[in-house]
Amino acid sequence: MHTRNVRGRRPEAARCAWSLVLFTLALFLVSTSPRAQAIPAFARKFGLPCSACHEAWPKLNNFGQVFKDNGYQLGNDKDAPIFHEPAYWPVSFRMTPNWHRENTDKVLVDQAASGVQSITTHGFDLSGLDILTAGTLNKNISFLMVPSADSTGAFHFESVWVRFDNLLKTSWLNVKMGKFELDNVFSEKRNLTLSNTGGPYQIYHYQPLTDVSAGTTPFGIGDNQLGLEVMGHSKNSYTRYSVSVLSSNDGNVGLPTGNSYDVFLAASQAFEAGGLGLQRVGGFAYLGQLPTVYPTSGGAPIPGAGQGYKGFQREGIYGMWYLKRLDITTMFTHNSESKYLATGAAADGSIPLPDNARDASWNGALIETHFTVNPRWILVNRYEAIRMSQQSDPTLPSNLGDIDALTFGTRYYPFMHSRDGFAIHPEYSILRTRGNFQNGAGPLQDSTTSSLFVGFDFIF
Amino acid sequence: MSNKLNRAMWMSLSLSLLCALPALAQETHVGKLTGHADAGKKNYQRWCIGCHGPFGDGNGENAPWIDPKPRDFTVATFKCRSTPTGTLPTDQDLYNSVARGFTNSNMPHWDALTKQTRIDLVAYIKTFSDRWKTDKPGDVLKIPTETPINIQSIAHGAELFQKLECWKCHGQQGRGDGPSASTLTDSKDNPIRPYNFAAGTDDSRFKCGTANEDIYKIFMTGVDGTPMPSFNDVIQPNDAWDLVHYLRTLQVNRHSKENEVLRAAGGKIPKIETPAAPPASQPAPQPDAKPQGGRK
Repeated sequence: MHTRNVRGRRPEAARCAWSLVLFTLALFLVSTSPRAQAIPAFARKFGLPCSACHEAWPKLNNFGQVFKDNGYQLGNDKDAPIFHEPAYWPVSFRMTPNWHRENTDKVLVDQAASGVQSITTHGFDLSGLDILTAGTLNKNISFLMVPSADSTGAFHFESVWVRFDNLLKTSWLNVKMGKFELDNVFSEKRNLTLSNTGGPYQIYHYQPLTDVSAGTTPFGIGDNQLGLEVMGHSKNSYTRYSVSVLSSNDGNVGLPTGNSYDVFLAASQAFEAGGLGLQRVGGFAYLGQLPTVYPTSGGAPIPGAGQGYKGFQREGIYGMWYLKRLDITTMFTHNSESKYLATGAAADGSIPLPDNARDASWNGALIETHFTVNPRWILVNRYEAIRMSQQSDPTLPSNLGDIDALTFGTRYYPFMHSRDGFAIHPEYSILRTRGNFQNGAGPLQDSTTSSLFVGFDFIF
Repeated sequence: MSNKLNRAMWMSLSLSLLCALPALAQETHVGKLTGHADAGKKNYQRWCIGCHGPFGDGNGENAPWIDPKPRDFTVATFKCRSTPTGTLPTDQDLYNSVARGFTNSNMPHWDALTKQTRIDLVAYIKTFSDRWKTDKPGDVLKIPTETPINIQSIAHGAELFQKLECWKCHGQQGRGDGPSASTLTDSKDNPIRPYNFAAGTDDSRFKCGTANEDIYKIFMTGVDGTPMPSFNDVIQPNDAWDLVHYLRTLQVNRHSKENEVLRAAGGKIPKIETPAAPPASQPAPQPDAKPQGGRK
């Protein structure tokens, strides 16, 4: 029996270099993953402007949250497709032609005298493409299907699910199965940032550098997952809960890892604060596991046959605070994972644990502010900090892998109606990671990446 | 000097009050809530402008594709009221309408919005017509306690359904297919369909609510801007409750006390002598009458 994680232990320098490469790759994968779900097909169906459901699309307001929670139904007797023109086609397309500039302050460059150089790239580019088809198959049976392509046109299914709504004639029981976004009210799929560095929420995707270098399966709360969700909500969605059972493969199809299941729990409560607006507090927890050992056939690991499961957790609390046109989201997370996952060791001992290895843990904090000047103009700012609270290897610097990320930008919508959406989107973001760069046997150094992004974000 | 100072102070105070008056006039009150038109304007632009238009005249960009057409706030004619036909509704009526939405229309229920947002919207809606400055809402209809639901009440309601000629629009089976149905128009001359009771299920709603009290209110106040007249001056409250009980039996797929009573009676409504009849001086409103309360 062999293990899949063949990297085991490496010299520190090579390990850190690999860390940088893999971390950058992971960041790239995250940042190029398809984005938000704002669906003009709904606006066309119900004759409502984008601003009815979106604070500023794609960010939902509570009316949009209720619509989503109710299975894309408004409850005005026009929800079932049978009441619509046969020509109505519930499809929308979203893409963002853009110009962007990316900088990484430390890159190993063969031609550089010191071997290290700051690299900047810039130019015109395309985002990925989202094809969003969604609606109702019948009254109280809803669906979403999102074939997505990266900027080269390579497709995958970002999201596909069918949901039975209002079971037993109550909004407290809805069942969904397929690949879907976890029940994150603070939704990364509906965020207002698009750049490579600032697009994804670090707090939803962070994994320790040692974990990344160990090659364990990437995982993110922000990634769409495969499974079954039971959720319920009050009529106005002020009170919400959800319980999801998910395959432990981070949403990858074909059951590539093992036969284990994860659980995601979420709940939130909103309350009115007079003229200030609707305030919401909530929490979530993800209890997952991943295999560390793979049986082989002819020397090759057998996909989906993983064994030696080890666990990881993500827990978070958040508040969404409205002060009229200014709203502030605050979030704190605590995260941990098994020392086996954090070091790439195998539970059967075929790759032994490093000496004194221990579980890894880290905390994350996020504050995102929006100022909605009017439904056609919003200002966005976000700061995230992630701090390792315990390295799996006690000899590593305590702040190795800590990150600080700052993003700010704005979205201006020249028009706002019920047929399509268009936003002019400038954004700047910068991300500093502690100790993720090493030149040869030199000391661990911090590295910084930044993105400047200007895009025409359109959906129709 | 002192007199001059006093005069200046009074003038200043008077000017301040004068300036404040328009703002006060644009306030709306429901319970402890106070709505402000300036706040409502922003919300209107977010949620309402697409259908009701920037001027509140129902000519939003979606209006051409919407049936029934969006309400024209400039004429201040409202369907769902607790006040007599032709009069302005109360703030509470408008507030309820925003929260409830309108069944069989594009107007969703907006109870996902905060109470403050809704009351602000009501305040802003009232700025579209000067009628709110000259008229006051009518007296709120008093709804007496509902009479017992029994087969006699249902049978009397059935008699009234014939006598008041409800069937001309709503059809004998309440399917909205009476002989006049195809000719009906609203106050903007747009075709309008009578309510189809027979399509009702457990979760279906009426235009202005779901409860028996709401049905009572609908035909006692009328649905202004539509051909549905007010029967407040035509029938007595007890008769109105009988009619409510009969109308519930037209919702054949709905689980209701009325349908239970009817089933218990063998599913047939007995013929009974009707003691009440419309006074000669106040004939029953004609089902094909002009829309009520419309101020084009």
